[in-house]
Amino acid sequence: MVRKSAERIYLFLIFLFLYLPIVVLIVLSFNNSKSKVHWGGFTLNWYKRLFSSSSIMEAFYTTIFITLASALIATLLGTLAALGIDAMKKRGQAVMLGATNIPLLNADIVTGISMMLLFVRFTRLGMNTVLIAHITFNIPYVILNVLPKLKQSSRTTYEAALDLGATPLYAFSKIIWPQILPGVLSGFLMSMTMSLDDFSVTYFTKGTGINTLSTMIYTEMRKGIRPEMYALSTILFLIALILLLFLNYGKTAHKEPHH
Amino acid sequence: MRNLKRQLLAGPYLIWMIGFILLPVAVILYYAFTTTSGSFTFLNVSSITFSVHLKALLLSLKLALICTIICLILSYPLAMILNGMKTKSQGFVVFIFILPMWMNFMLRILAWKMLLSNNGVINSLLGTLGLPKLDILNTPTAVVFCMVYDFLPFMILPIYNAMARIQADTIEAARDLGAGTITIFFKIILPLTMSGVVSGIIMVFVPALTSFAVSDLLGGGKVLLIGNVIEQAFMQEYNWNLGSGLSFVLMIFVIVSMALMNSRGDEGGTGVW
Repeated sequence: MVRKSAERIYLFLIFLFLYLPIVVLIVLSFNNSKSKVHWGGFTLNWYKRLFSSSSIMEAFYTTIFITLASALIATLLGTLAALGIDAMKKRGQAVMLGATNIPLLNADIVTGISMMLLFVRFTRLGMNTVLIAHITFNIPYVILNVLPKLKQSSRTTYEAALDLGATPLYAFSKIIWPQILPGVLSGFLMSMTMSLDDFSVTYFTKGTGINTLSTMIYTEMRKGIRPEMYALSTILFLIALILLLFLNYGKTAHKEPHH
Repeated sequence: MRNLKRQLLAGPYLIWMIGFILLPVAVILYYAFTTTSGSFTFLNVSSITFSVHLKALLLSLKLALICTIICLILSYPLAMILNGMKTKSQGFVVFIFILPMWMNFMLRILAWKMLLSNNGVINSLLGTLGLPKLDILNTPTAVVFCMVYDFLPFMILPIYNAMARIQADTIEAARDLGAGTITIFFKIILPLTMSGVVSGIIMVFVPALTSFAVSDLLGGGKVLLIGNVIEQAFMQEYNWNLGSGLSFVLMIFVIVSMALMNSRGDEGGTGVW
């Protein structure tokens, strides 16, 4: 009994640590006062200001675009790459996977800087350079999610289909594809998560005038905190909550909710 | 023949990899070992021994270590408690503890900056209780606080995943054979969760070691980590050679610490997902 309550208290304390900051942000986003402590009545003013601020909305659209585009392209390239790598001999696989690990091993700041150094030699920093950088750090997540599924997929069924006269493409779409689809999807989702959350790489590879939400909030925060940011936090938190509830809903594996 | 055709599917990625993974590494190495005029030098890399740079590196190592230890101490019991819960509610509770990870990294920093500020919530709360003010904004303590907040889920998840994989039978068998709770913990639970602990440590230590945003925003320019030194070399002093040299040193540190950790944990393959 004592142990049970001790456990409860411990859970509650960590819960408090994780959520108190978020709750305070949400409460302040409705506060009709610039003070961080005093409650000046309920207002939606900060939300109105948020949606009428062109710089914030632009950063929001840029973020959505970069996230979706980079995740899609990375998923395409990564899935193809995984199929190719899977067909390679051991040595080729080792080389490809070794290089693929570089963006995962490197610190974000080093990845960002090394790409910036390359980009400024050939082109101007802008939206494209951010997109290329995001695709580059996303591809490894796709490959590492798809490859294990490919290794598990049954090669003999595929070959049987070919022997029975199926074209390679048909056999692939009917046999291999359904088996690797979960890996492709989780690679895509992981790419989106990484891309959404990235700050360092974007910071170094973006041109002036282009901002994702992360870099925009960073610049804003150096000047001081505007209450519109609280409103933004609230909205983004709710989006994350809804998306994740949606993704997890109906999943059978309760032990690993994010697998 | 068919095999060769399939290998070609990796072609676009191979080109991408050479262009955007290998080439950037080559470029940063080039800058790291040359002067502005292009002649070979070790000075950029060896400048890590300058007292300013060395101090920043040591502070980074210290803060990253403290942050990792705090995360580990907080996460391990948490993972055990979560794993011991009734399976019905478990999935949802784990979800609750991981959810903050999906809130934008910058917004999590923002939240702490606001909470810790001089006229922020924590201080006014302490004030009404008649306690002395907590003046930790712009100190290393605030930076560690925020890093722990940022990276805690990255420690919880791999440890929890490793723990969830332990078969209940194994523990029951041990109990039947007369093992006590303490023996079971040290002989079964701890060794079987080691791989999770290792990936947790890597996932917390490396970002904590290399981060520059947290120290920049919560340190108020007074907490200089190695990430900040590098960032300033590029963005303020435009000294790309020096910045690349220091990045190279950081790269080595990250790789060495990962290799060290991976040699301890046998597989370390406990991904976040």
